[in-house]
Amino acid sequence: MALDWSYFGPELRTAIEQTLLMVGLGLVFSLIIGIPLGVILVVTRENGILQNKTIFTSLSVIVNIFRSIPFIILIVAIIPFTRLIVGTSIGTVAAIVPLVIFTAPYIGRLIENSLLEVDHGVIELAQAMGATPWQIIWRFLLPEALGSIILAITIATIGLIGASAMAGAVGGGGLGDLAIVYGYQQFQTVVMIITVVLLIIFVQLIQSIGNLLAKKIRRK
Amino acid sequence: MLVLKDIHKVYGKDSKRVEALKGISLEIGQGEIFGVIGFSGAGKSTLIRCVNLLERPTSGEVFIDGVNLQHLTASQLRKERKKIGMIFQQFNLLNAKTVFKNVAMPLIIDGRPKEEIEKRVNALLSFVGLSDKAKQYPDQLSGGQKQRVGIARALATDPHILLCDEATSALDPDTTQSILALLKKVRDELGITILMITHEMNVIRDICDKVAVIDGGVIVEQGSVLDVFSEPQQEITKNFVRTIINDAIPPTIKALIKEKHQENDSMYLYRVLFKGQSTHLPLLSTIAKRFPIDVNVIHGTITELQGIPFGHLIIEFQGEPSAIEQVLSYIRQQEVTVREVDIHGA
Repeated sequence: MALDWSYFGPELRTAIEQTLLMVGLGLVFSLIIGIPLGVILVVTRENGILQNKTIFTSLSVIVNIFRSIPFIILIVAIIPFTRLIVGTSIGTVAAIVPLVIFTAPYIGRLIENSLLEVDHGVIELAQAMGATPWQIIWRFLLPEALGSIILAITIATIGLIGASAMAGAVGGGGLGDLAIVYGYQQFQTVVMIITVVLLIIFVQLIQSIGNLLAKKIRRK
Repeated sequence: MLVLKDIHKVYGKDSKRVEALKGISLEIGQGEIFGVIGFSGAGKSTLIRCVNLLERPTSGEVFIDGVNLQHLTASQLRKERKKIGMIFQQFNLLNAKTVFKNVAMPLIIDGRPKEEIEKRVNALLSFVGLSDKAKQYPDQLSGGQKQRVGIARALATDPHILLCDEATSALDPDTTQSILALLKKVRDELGITILMITHEMNVIRDICDKVAVIDGGVIVEQGSVLDVFSEPQQEITKNFVRTIINDAIPPTIKALIKEKHQENDSMYLYRVLFKGQSTHLPLLSTIAKRFPIDVNVIHGTITELQGIPFGHLIIEFQGEPSAIEQVLSYIRQQEVTVREVDIHGA
């Protein structure tokens, strides 16, 4: 069966747009939640600058819970919540909710690791200078960890692309959905190949940009 | 200026309980360079961190210019810390920032206007001799240059005190000398009081006015550098002094002396210490001319402490006991310390 490009072309275009929307918005919201999460996990831990066992332990447990649920199950499990937030549980925008809930805790952990890599001497220095906790985070911890944070975000973005391909399950559309509906269910191998190649290019691009930025910032 | 009163620091609880500091009291005067020396694990890192409360003492008090730091609120303490500069063994520079930005950090934190920061940082970089490195990053600098950045940064907010945490321990001997010279300049030109901890006795010898020896969380000995070096009391202090002033008789010479002593009872060994003016005396030749004895120098060193020459000799006198008594009383009149050396224990 030959591929009808007059029909398939716009379909492909829509799928790319849907993937970009899911990954783009998903990343923005995941960062908005994930970065503060990572910072809080670092400063509240034992011997952190704002040590608080209750906050640290509860956040850590919550993160672990969300990180243990397989994405495909998470999508279904939080349908009521998704409906509450965006008014529907079907479609590209609805898919962003589970994507964020899946990715934000992951980013939180990655950011936590990046920040923990910062030499304790830097924190000591900041305290000796009379920096406030906020200044320590903003002026010392985050800038010193920036190279590593960018690499972490790169990894998370690639994970997000993978997850977004699964979001077709709730009618999220995107390249993954295209591959399943046309490539798998309708035996159009060409479509399958096109989508996979597109995803590969996408991932390569993100990784290269991430490496480049990190290299520029990291000076160790 | 800086007073520590009976500082105790305990880490952990029950079976894991470690008492790092066991009642440390120190008094450091305005403009002094005070050195605390000890082996690693003696508690000196904890001690210096108790001064700016990076470590909270379990008990005891820290006063700076009469202010009890423990009574301050968090924000008052931050303000007080800006008057206490600190430099570190590993420099603790911000790798992602230029030399200029590193030095500017304390001023940025303090919310100073941009023009003031620009002016101040340039003046500081010129003070430490790094004006040409402003735009470089720490990974482009040598160890000595990194510590200079650290010093410039520590001076940014015009501190009254500079805390030096093993500031030269990661540096080679030549670089150590240049950093010590810079620290001396900080004291001499800016009048900043310096507290330094180190395990290197040459650092103490070269720039400190006073020294305290810390061992097992206790100050075992303290005093002026000249006094402690010339007459160390504790065994650990003697060991530290020996790393600089070798007063031990070399084994081969010791063996010879013992052999000789068995043949000849009228052999006497003395340790003679000269300080300051007395090093200029032609003491030995005078003795040899004036008294009917022979003089034999076994071992000796002369160093400079605090710009004062300090000599240390081990001398053998051969002659009648009565003549030797006369010699000893003559030496003592010259304000030179002399002590008999036990040949078997020496």
